[in-house]
Amino acid sequence: MTDDPPNLLSEASGLGKDVTGPGGTLTILRDLDIRVAAGEAVAILGTSGSGKSTLLGLLAGLDNPTRGEIRLCGEPLGRLGEDERAALRAGRVGFVFQSFQLLPTLTALENVLLPLELGDIHGAGKRAREALARVGLTDRARHYPHQLSGGEQQRVAIARAFAPGPRILFADEPTGNLDQHTGEHIIELLLTLRRDSGAALVLVTHDRELARSCDRRLVLEAGRLEEAP
Amino acid sequence: MNRWRLGLRFMWRDWRSGETRLLAAALALTVAAVTAVGFFTDRVSQAIHRQGNELIAADLVVESSQPPAAELRHKASELGLRSADTLEFPSVVLTAEAPQLVEVKAVSEAYPLRGELRVRASPSTEETPLALGPQTREVWVEPRLLLLLGAAVGDKLRLGEAELSIGQALSYEPDRGGGLFQLAPRVLLPIAALAETGLITPASRVRYRLLLAGDATAVERYRDWLQPRLSPGVRLIDPQEARPEFGAAIDRASRFLSLATLVTLLVAGAAIALASRRLVERQTDAVAIMRCLGAPRRLLQQVFLLRLLLFSLIAGLAGCLLGFLAQFGLASLVGHWFAERLPPPSAKPLVVGLGVGLITLLGFAAPPLLHLARVPPLRALRRDLGAPPASEWVAVLIASTALLGLIYWQAGDRELAVTLMLGVAATLGLLGLLGYLLVLGAAWLQPHTSGVARLGLATLARRRGGTLLQILGFGVGILALLLLAIVRVDLLRTWQQSLPADAPNRFLVNIQPDQIQPLRDFLAEQGIAGAEILPMIRGRLVRVNEQEVRPEDYADPRAERLAAREFNLSWATLLQNDNRILAGEWWGERPAPTPAFSVEKGLAETLGIRLGDRLTFSVVGTEISAPITSLRTVQWDSFNVNFFVVGTPGLLAGLPATSITSLYLPPSRDAVTAKLIREFPNLTLLDVDAIMRQVRTLVDRGVLAVEYVFLFTVLAGVLVMVAGIHTHFEERMASIGTLRTLGARRNRLLVAVAVEFTALGLLSGLLASLFAEATGEVLARQLFGLAFELNPLLWVAGVLGSAVAVGLSGTLAVYPLLSRPPLRALSRG
Repeated sequence: MTDDPPNLLSEASGLGKDVTGPGGTLTILRDLDIRVAAGEAVAILGTSGSGKSTLLGLLAGLDNPTRGEIRLCGEPLGRLGEDERAALRAGRVGFVFQSFQLLPTLTALENVLLPLELGDIHGAGKRAREALARVGLTDRARHYPHQLSGGEQQRVAIARAFAPGPRILFADEPTGNLDQHTGEHIIELLLTLRRDSGAALVLVTHDRELARSCDRRLVLEAGRLEEAP
Repeated sequence: MNRWRLGLRFMWRDWRSGETRLLAAALALTVAAVTAVGFFTDRVSQAIHRQGNELIAADLVVESSQPPAAELRHKASELGLRSADTLEFPSVVLTAEAPQLVEVKAVSEAYPLRGELRVRASPSTEETPLALGPQTREVWVEPRLLLLLGAAVGDKLRLGEAELSIGQALSYEPDRGGGLFQLAPRVLLPIAALAETGLITPASRVRYRLLLAGDATAVERYRDWLQPRLSPGVRLIDPQEARPEFGAAIDRASRFLSLATLVTLLVAGAAIALASRRLVERQTDAVAIMRCLGAPRRLLQQVFLLRLLLFSLIAGLAGCLLGFLAQFGLASLVGHWFAERLPPPSAKPLVVGLGVGLITLLGFAAPPLLHLARVPPLRALRRDLGAPPASEWVAVLIASTALLGLIYWQAGDRELAVTLMLGVAATLGLLGLLGYLLVLGAAWLQPHTSGVARLGLATLARRRGGTLLQILGFGVGILALLLLAIVRVDLLRTWQQSLPADAPNRFLVNIQPDQIQPLRDFLAEQGIAGAEILPMIRGRLVRVNEQEVRPEDYADPRAERLAAREFNLSWATLLQNDNRILAGEWWGERPAPTPAFSVEKGLAETLGIRLGDRLTFSVVGTEISAPITSLRTVQWDSFNVNFFVVGTPGLLAGLPATSITSLYLPPSRDAVTAKLIREFPNLTLLDVDAIMRQVRTLVDRGVLAVEYVFLFTVLAGVLVMVAGIHTHFEERMASIGTLRTLGARRNRLLVAVAVEFTALGLLSGLLASLFAEATGEVLARQLFGLAFELNPLLWVAGVLGSAVAVGLSGTLAVYPLLSRPPLRALSRG
């Protein structure tokens, strides 16, 4: 691994993504650039189907672009294989998903433990319990996802994302499945934890209010990315 | 270390959440069935060995034409073996009318080492068992000799130069077997009394036998020690060949048991395949998230593999324990086959059981689970993404190979394995093809339908691989259950009926040509239905094609003995009922068929002779030569008179022949025996009632044992149903939730589900019935040598039964989903 360039945790240039379907080739993203610095919170806004989640997946190294270059934590992803990208993410990148994506067969605590165990991180149990405490769910540690409310599930997901101490967090519509009140509470929690940990945040949302709480806002429209006012 | 810990933790979590319980049950059941039968056959084969030992009155016999060398005795006592001696030779005693040939047997005090003797005070009284032979200076003689001599117990008998009193009427000696049809009446006396008869001279043709018995390992060591030291004229007698009737019945029982295990393996394999599929479905999301969180593919694969290994070890051990307990039940059912208690089981079946568990699980679950690591991490964002396709075929191929390999390994019987494998492969192939056509049809129909039907067809068409696997799983499950029905109802019944209550229990040998008609008349007069009277000629095989037959050219000891001895040849126009032609053609009732021989298959295999070979026999100096035009199987345990080699009528006619027949004599008609012997004094009458009783018990117990083992198959069948129905459960739950949300009525959905499962059951049942009949036919004729008839009831049960069973259980399993509030279904709770 090379050293991270100062300040830039996620960087893409000339990024393009095409998908082939029954109707022919469709260009979702075209020639876009983005830079996210350490500790910075960037919101990506856009209507449904505008390609926000695709962009998030590409930036996190979950998918390959059709064109362009992406760097994550200073590493050019184009040169890395699937497993090398996974290794790059391990412990450095956190995720929060719209549908929570907790493993239904694991308890809340075990879900938080998962990235720590996979990364073979020392003191995993203690760190997981602390992370769960930070989201206020100590007493729900042994509950299974289906025994938790939507808000609680998302808090477990946030605890899981922050437990390994990531440098950058990717959040895909984290309040999309929650009511407004719970959603606000979740965003508050997410931003507080981010501030405390100093992690960068890439937040995909269609909610302009929510986007306002980020340092920068970018709008994705017709496959292109523009700075929002 | 981390991988091990992760593997363990994940496995524990899988188990706790109930994810793997179905898989565990299927695996444990497979292992249990294999181990139970393994443990059982292990014990039984040890016991059969001992049972066989009774037939040679020892555990091991060394036979020679000279007194056994002193070192043979020394070695035996060194190994702690007990020993006894017997000497046999022909002699003559004088009756009132003519000299009578007898078989004299002198025995030492310890004789018999295994089994017992049975005696009567007179030919018509009850039998009394005795553990030892004559201990004082007296002779025991066969009842028919008493009849021939007109003597009674207590009278004197002149044997050589000695005059000895008759102590008992000897009705049974355990090691009488051997040349069953050439027996002169027996005279048994103690070795101590032999010298005074003066019958043994250096020129006498005496058969010396050293009988040995003791601990199994010591016997084995003795055998290993002696085998390389065997000099010409000395041979070891194997208990297994002592009585072919037992051999045949035990062989068939083992084949049935082995078939039962294989079928269970097959059904449980299908259950494991389906349960693995469900596990894979449920793990897809977990893999995607773990990939997001930075887990490398390799790590996931290693962890999956470790989970499987640990899981198979634990479920396998549970299965072994279950199998161990189950074999006690099995042993208590059939333990009565054996005079002695069954020996304790060895540890070998444990290893086999665990091996089977591991191979089954790795074969079925490893390919899809390892492939799962290829699920893209992007699935965490887009749920429509799965692992790259084309994995289903590879998985099915690997799983089938594993299963077929296992069947082959476990069968211990190449023919059985190949027949079953062909049946399974043909079923799988055709089921797969039809399933594929069904899926294509569904895709084609989909745009032309609407509503629930459209949705159902769309799901069927989209999850192509899964639907195929489901059809295959149901098909194999039903095939196995139908095979079970065939074996249970048809084959086992045929087997039991092959030895009916009035099967022949007496053989009459040495019937002279001029006695055939008088004998027929006598039997008719007595109201006894005799079987056909068959001609019998003694001949030695001298050439196969142009090659001279020399016993020393055969490596196989049985082949060597067969080459050395005289064969009983016969001729016939009609093929006997219990014979079946395997290759070539029977000459039939043609007026003057071209000279030909028909040879029993086992004999042909042992001697390495083939259809078309020309055999030359020497019959009292005349050479008879003809080609083999057919190979036959013979049902030896039917107790009918049968011959290894049968010729065309013209070929052997004119040669000096005697005849042989068999008849059934009910216990109440014992007096006929005495009358018969008085009227036809030269006839040899053999009483096989005792052996028949034993064989019949063996068959009955064998049937029970096979049925017991099939219980596992039924359980495995239930598991297949459950596993098959739970395939795609997640997807089904979500689509039902959506449809219910959209306002679909519960009844309508229920009908759609019922139609889907019934159609699956109908299709699988139809194909499975077809293949079950075909496999049953091949199994019955080729392997068990039994007649098989098409069973229309099987089709009704197969097609309708499976349609109803799959339809009903599928609908019932899905019903709770339909009653749930849609939101719960949608939130995957």
